[in-house]
Amino acid sequence: MLRLHYNLEKLSMGLVVGIIVAASIGGAVEIAPLFTIDQTVEIPDDMRPLTPLELAGREVFIREGCYACHSQMVRHLADEIDRYGPYSLASESAWDHPMLWGSKRTGPDLARLGGKYSDAWHVAHLIDPRAVVPTSIMPAYPWLERSLDASDIGAQMGTLARLGVPYDDARLANAAADALAQSSPDSDGAAGVAERYGDNVAIRAFDGDPSRLTEMDALVAYLQSLGTQTRLPYAIMSEEQP
Amino acid sequence: MIRSLTIAERQTGLFIAIILSVIGLTMAAAARQGPMAVHGTMALILGLFLAIALAGALDKPSPRADREQNYYDEPTRFGIVMTLIWAVIAMGVGVWVAALLYWPEATPPWPATSFGRLRPFHTTGVIFGFGGNALIATSFHVLQRTSRARLADSVSPWVVLIGFNLFCVWAVTGYLMGSTQSKEYAEAEWYADLWLVVIWVVYFALYMRTLARRKEPHIYVANWYYLAFILVVAMLHIVNNLALPVSFAGTKSFTIWAGVQDAMVQWWYGHNAVAFFLTAGFLGMLYYFLPVRSGRPIWSYRLSIVSFWGIVFFYIWVGSHHLHYTALPYWVQTLGMTFSVMLLVPSWASAGNAIATLNGAWHKVRDDATLRFMFVAAVFYGLSTFEGSFLAIRPVNSLSHYTDWTVGHVHSGTLGWVAMIVFGAIYTLVPQLSGREDMAWPRAVEWHFWLAVAGTFIYVVAMWNAGITQGLMWRTYDANGALSYSFLQSVQAMAPYYLLRAIGGVLFLSGAILCALNTRATLKGVRFGVGTADRPLVSQPAE
Ligand code: HEC
Ligand code: HEM
Repeated sequence: MLRLHYNLEKLSMGLVVGIIVAASIGGAVEIAPLFTIDQTVEIPDDMRPLTPLELAGREVFIREGCYACHSQMVRHLADEIDRYGPYSLASESAWDHPMLWGSKRTGPDLARLGGKYSDAWHVAHLIDPRAVVPTSIMPAYPWLERSLDASDIGAQMGTLARLGVPYDDARLANAAADALAQSSPDSDGAAGVAERYGDNVAIRAFDGDPSRLTEMDALVAYLQSLGTQTRLPYAIMSEEQP
Repeated sequence: MIRSLTIAERQTGLFIAIILSVIGLTMAAAARQGPMAVHGTMALILGLFLAIALAGALDKPSPRADREQNYYDEPTRFGIVMTLIWAVIAMGVGVWVAALLYWPEATPPWPATSFGRLRPFHTTGVIFGFGGNALIATSFHVLQRTSRARLADSVSPWVVLIGFNLFCVWAVTGYLMGSTQSKEYAEAEWYADLWLVVIWVVYFALYMRTLARRKEPHIYVANWYYLAFILVVAMLHIVNNLALPVSFAGTKSFTIWAGVQDAMVQWWYGHNAVAFFLTAGFLGMLYYFLPVRSGRPIWSYRLSIVSFWGIVFFYIWVGSHHLHYTALPYWVQTLGMTFSVMLLVPSWASAGNAIATLNGAWHKVRDDATLRFMFVAAVFYGLSTFEGSFLAIRPVNSLSHYTDWTVGHVHSGTLGWVAMIVFGAIYTLVPQLSGREDMAWPRAVEWHFWLAVAGTFIYVVAMWNAGITQGLMWRTYDANGALSYSFLQSVQAMAPYYLLRAIGGVLFLSGAILCALNTRATLKGVRFGVGTADRPLVSQPAE
C-alpha cells in the first residue's frame, strides 16, 4: 500500500483522479435515491402551489434573510410537535426552489404559522416587533410598506413551471392580476384566485389597505399560507395519535 | 505588481482587462437596474482601471532578466493583504451582528443593514474573503517552495486573485441589495457563481502546470490537501448552484433542486464547504508552515497518508447529519451519523500528527507566539472535530440542532482552528516576503495571540451555555405534561450569553486589526526580496 502511494505521489493526474473518485462515492449513494423513492417524491392529492402573491412574499422572506433566524421544519420529536404542530413531511416542500428548512432558531419555527395570528398582528409585528412583543430581539422591517414590484411574478412562475411546479397556462396568464386580486377581496378578480388555487387560499387586504399592493401584503400572505398547502400532516397526526 | 510583468505579459493582462470591461458593460446594459447592473458597473470600473494601469506601463522598463530564477511572490503578498482587509471587514460585521442580537434596537432603519442581510455578508466575507484569500495566497507560496519551481506563468495568478475578490465583492454587496439564493454559504447569484467557475478553472490549471514543472519527484503532502480543496470545492459549487435564471438580463434565479433533494444537496455542499474549504485547504497550510516554523519534519508520513484519504472519503458522506429527525429518509440520516463518527479517526490522526511534530520543539512553542498560534490551531482542530462527531449523533443532535450550540461549534472551528492557522502562516510568511527576520512589532504578535485565545474561549463557552440552555428549555415538560417554557422565555435567557459573545468577538477582532497593522508596518518600505530563510530555487533542473 505504502509503496503504491509512494508512486502515486509522483503523478499529479493520479492524485487528481484519486481525489475525484474518493470524493464522489458518498454523495452519489446518498443523493441519487432521493429522486426515486416514494417517500420523497409522492405529492398529496390536496396539495396546492403558492399563489403569485405568496410567491412574491416568499421572495421577500428570502431577500430579508428571515430564514437566518427561523426554520420551517418541525422535526419528528414530541416537544416540537407539542410546540409547533404536526411534523413536516417531505412532500410539503416538494415545490420549494429552494427549500427553507433553515438551520438556526433564533426565533420560533414557522412551518405551522398559517392562521396562528391575525393579519394585523403580523403587520404590527413586522413594522416593530417590540411594539407587540416587548422583549423580542427580532429586527424591525418598516420598509415593507413600500409598493410591491409585481412585474416579474409571471416570469418567475414561468421559470418555476419549467422546473416542475404545477403552474398551468391559466395560472401563468393571470399571474400579475391574481397577485393584485388576492389582496383586494371585493375586486372582480378575487373569485378567479379561489378558482385557480382552491378555496382555502386567504383572500384579504393583508395590510389593511386593499387599494395598494405592498411588500407587506405579499409577506403576510406568504406567512399565512405556511403549513396550509395540504392537510396531510394533520391527517397523519390524528391517525397516529387518535 | 505591474513591474514584475514582462511587456508581453502586460499586453495579455491588458487584453484580459478589456474583456472584463466588456463583460461588465454587457451586464450593466442588459440588466439596466438592480444588483446585476451595479455588479456590471463594478466589473467595468475594475476592468477599465486595470486596463489604464497596464496600458500606461507598456513603455515602462521590463523586469530584471533573472526573474525566472526567483519565486513569484508578489501575488502571495497581494493575497495576504486582501486576507487581512477581509478579516477586518467581515469579522467587524460579525461583531456587529452579534451586538444586534443583544441590542436589536440598534438596527438602522435601512434595508441594507438588517440582520438577515448582514449575516450572510459575515459568513461569505470570512469564509471566502478571509479564508479563501489566505488559501490562495499560501497555496502559491507552498506550491513553489515544495516543487522548487516558479509559478507556471505570471498572469494567471493575478487573474485568480483579482477575479476571486471580485466574486467576493459581488456576493456580499448583492446580499446588501437583497439578492441571494438563500442557500447557506452559496448565497451568491447565478452570474457570480459562473464567474467563480471560470476563476477556479484558471486556478486549477495554474496549479497543475506548476506541479508539472516541479523539480522534486514527489508531490508534498500539503499540495495533496490544496488539490483536494480546489477539486472538491469545484464539484460542490457547481452541483449545488445549478439554477435556472428567470432572465439572463436579471439577477433572480431558481435553484433546480427542490424540497428534500435540495436539502440534501445543500448540506452535502454545506458540510463539505466546511470539509474542503475550511479544513482540507487549511490542513495543507498546517502541513507546510508547522514543520517550517518548528524546524521539525512531519512526525509520521504513513499517518498523513491515512488521514488524507480518510478525510477525502469520509467527509462527503456526513452532510445529512444536518437533517436529523427531518423529512429526510431515516437511512440517509443514519449513514450521515455513522460516517460522522468514523470521521473522528482521520481527523484526530491529522491533529495528532501535527502535535507530535512539535515533539522536541516545545521550548519554541513556549517562546514563539507564531508557533503557538499553530499549536493552538491543531488543538482546536482536534477539539472541534471531536465535538462535531459528537453533535452528529442523533439524540445529541435533537438537543443541539437549531440552537447556539451549533454556532459555538462553528466558531470553535473557525476562530480556534481556521483563523489561528492563518495567523500563524501570516506571521511566518510576511517577514519572509519583506526580507526580514521578524515582524515589525514582534511584541504585538504576543498580544494578538492572547487576544485571539481569550476571544475564542469567551465566544465558545458563552455559546455552549446558550445552546444547551435553549435546547433544554425547548424540551422541558412540567408535571402536568405541558411544555414548561414559552419560546420567548428561551429568547430572554440568551441575553447574557449574546453580550458575552459580542465581547469575545471584540477581543478577537482587535487581535485581527493588530495583525493587519503589524503586517502593514512590516511590508511597508521594504524592497521586495527573498528572505534569508527561504528555500533556494535551483535554476537548472537536477537530472
Ligand atoms: C435576528 C433574528 C430574526 C430575524 C432575522 C427575523 N426574526 Fe422573526 N422572530 C425572531 C424572534 C426572536 C421571535 C420571537 C419573538 C417575537 O415574537 O417577536 C420572532 C418571531 C417571529 C414571528 C412570530 C412567530 C410565532 O409563532 O410566534 C413571526 C411570524 C416572525 N418572527 C416572522 C419573521 C419574518 C417574516 C422575518 C423576515 C422579514 C423575520 N421574522 C426575521 C427573530 C428573528
Ligand atoms: C470576530 C469574530 C467573529 C464574530 C464576533 C462572529 C459572529 C458571528 C455571529 C453573530 C453569527 C450569527 C450567529 C447566529 O445567527 O446566531 C456568526 C455566524 C457564522 N460565522 Fe462568525 N463570527 C466571527 C468570526 C468568524 C470566522 C473567522 C469565521 C470563519 C472563518 C466565521 C464563520 C461563521 C459561520 C460559518 C457562521 C454561520 C454559523 C451557522 O450557520 O451555524 N465567523 N458569526
